[in-house]
Amino acid sequence: MPLATPTNEPAPRKRAFWTMARREGLAGYLFVAPQVAGIIAFVLVPLGLVFWYSLHEWNVLAGSFRFVSDANYRKLLADPALPEVLGATAIFSAGLVAFNLSLALLLAVLVNQKLRGIVVFRTLFFSPVVVSLVAWTIVWGFLLQANGGINGILGVFGIAGPNWLRTPATAMASVIVVQVFKNVGLNMVLFLAALQGVPRELYEAARVDGASRFKQFRRITVPLISPTIMLTMIITIVGSLQVFAQIAVLTQGGPGTSTTVLVYYLYQQAFQFHRFGYGATVSILLFVIVAVLTFAQWQMRRRIVFYEN
Amino acid sequence: MKLLDLRLAALAAGIAIPLAAVPAMATDIRMAIWTANEAHLKLFNEIGAAYTAAHPDVKVKFDSRAFDGYTTTLTTQIAGGNAPDLAWILETTAGDFVNSGALVPLKAAFKASAGYDLTDVTQSSLALWSAGGDIYAYPFSTSPFGMFVNNDVIKAAGQKTPAELIASGEWTWANAIKINEAVAAAGKQGLIVRDFDYKVWDNLASIWSGWGATPWSADGKTCTFTEPPMVAAMTFIHNAIFTRKAIPGPGVTADFFAGEAAMTITQISRASLLPKENPFSWDLLPLPAGPAGEYAVIGQAGIGVFAKGKNPAVATDFLAFFTNPENSQKLAAFFPPARASLLNVEVLGKANPRLSPEQLKAVVIKGISTGKVKLSHAGFAEIQQTARAALDALWVPNADVSAVMKSVCARIQPMLAM
Repeated sequence: MPLATPTNEPAPRKRAFWTMARREGLAGYLFVAPQVAGIIAFVLVPLGLVFWYSLHEWNVLAGSFRFVSDANYRKLLADPALPEVLGATAIFSAGLVAFNLSLALLLAVLVNQKLRGIVVFRTLFFSPVVVSLVAWTIVWGFLLQANGGINGILGVFGIAGPNWLRTPATAMASVIVVQVFKNVGLNMVLFLAALQGVPRELYEAARVDGASRFKQFRRITVPLISPTIMLTMIITIVGSLQVFAQIAVLTQGGPGTSTTVLVYYLYQQAFQFHRFGYGATVSILLFVIVAVLTFAQWQMRRRIVFYEN
Repeated sequence: MKLLDLRLAALAAGIAIPLAAVPAMATDIRMAIWTANEAHLKLFNEIGAAYTAAHPDVKVKFDSRAFDGYTTTLTTQIAGGNAPDLAWILETTAGDFVNSGALVPLKAAFKASAGYDLTDVTQSSLALWSAGGDIYAYPFSTSPFGMFVNNDVIKAAGQKTPAELIASGEWTWANAIKINEAVAAAGKQGLIVRDFDYKVWDNLASIWSGWGATPWSADGKTCTFTEPPMVAAMTFIHNAIFTRKAIPGPGVTADFFAGEAAMTITQISRASLLPKENPFSWDLLPLPAGPAGEYAVIGQAGIGVFAKGKNPAVATDFLAFFTNPENSQKLAAFFPPARASLLNVEVLGKANPRLSPEQLKAVVIKGISTGKVKLSHAGFAEIQQTARAALDALWVPNADVSAVMKSVCARIQPMLAM
């Protein structure tokens, strides 16, 4: 029997559990944990609860909470007010996005000049963003009264201004303008940052080639800031679907139902008429609309964004 | 074994003795209210402190909420499982609260409370807050609508004062609008229906009641906006706004108490808004007579105890204390009482020193004893909003009043018939 010969190889070391990869993985999870916990607690759980409520008839005063299956959804589809509400929402969103983005881009181009004191104008245009929304809206409410400041100024020039908040067309336009003036500064800053990222050489080359200012804007500026256009469009559309305070303060959905947008209708059903189950159903509809629109825009990014792969 | 028993006894004593030393847990009750007036709160806190003095384990907190959206705030608190123990309730939403089962019945507690004298509370004031023979809220404020007038601007427009018209038996809506038309033509505003603002249309009850009009039948099941009295009243109002300019149009702001208008319809508690500096010559009068004769309209507010509150029994006992004869007399300083024994010039005069005995007799005492409480209906918030949307078509020049009234009924009738 041969003698066992001692080997020089060291005994295999037990592999450490906390490898570098695991440590990094754990650190990553710990970093995102607060965000994930926040999303679960403040987004996913409330979303699930809203869906659960939408399957119930919940009368707060009577204290009744009765499972009604899809009755609220069938009621929503048959709701005679819904077409008017969706129409008002669409008009508001379309008007807001078109006016907001075009004005923001115009302002960004204007303040993207190397002039003395231009910072003052940038600050001035941005300042409404940091003003309290309700305070801003209340002040505009006074200005838009029939005998308010705007008609007072028009009167100086001999123009009889309309009753802004009492006529359906001007009421919707007024709410859009108030909202645009409040938030246009934010989009302006985003556009300004994008504009300042466009290489100067491209404009110089275009000028050498004899391109006009408009052609430079259309062929160079717009394509190169298209990711920002995409971003601001998504933010503005989603924001437009959530408009509430301006409607509540300025028009309360009127005149008639001309400014009753979906969020205000949801508020009326749930909090004014005490139909929390039906209000939850309307909020599910709002969620679906926001999700579909955002998804559709994301899918369209290849067409909108110049250098999207 | 003995050692174990000894240890157990020590353990029991260790728990029980400190527990016995701690006073019984205090009970906090919360009353939701829509006033933040310092004088009101001072009085409420005094009454709350007096209750705590008699019941040291109970503390009362008054929770002021903004009047705008008050009921919404209340229902949101209830939905969130944070219902107050007691709350003020507007007369327009009385139907919803009283019939929903949200409030606890109070009659037995009031009857059992020493010296309460429930028979002193007028039956007419309790009507809105009663159902099935029981009382579900106490009408702590029963306040008639009156007409405040600015005699300075009326005289400046070359018109007779309303007091002169009353003396000559000519205080009618036709003459009142004539005065307001003249004042408006002279550069001031005419009549302001306070808090109406072309949205709170139910406040127009202070005018259309003069035509004997009502928005729905007595049983609440049939829309009566299309009935001749309502069409006539609304035609009168529309004409006063758009043709005669006697009532400021939609979107026009003016404040009677700043001296900007000739008249305003509101409740007597607004007398506190009359200017102390640079005062104008004002008067308070009953509402003018309409084609259907003299009338009065009363606004009410009740206090109810929530069944889902944390301490309904304690809250009910506190409500009986809060509204007993002694405290009702104190509350009369701000809120016209529902107790017959307090409806006299002496009590009301102390409470409203700016009003003369004649004004109190003509507007408050007569108003409460003869007036009808402002309209109410189950599901009022939805009816109010739906009718508001339909009535917006009326608040334009050249509106077809009958057609608008038909559209109001077409929209609210399904809600009334439910």
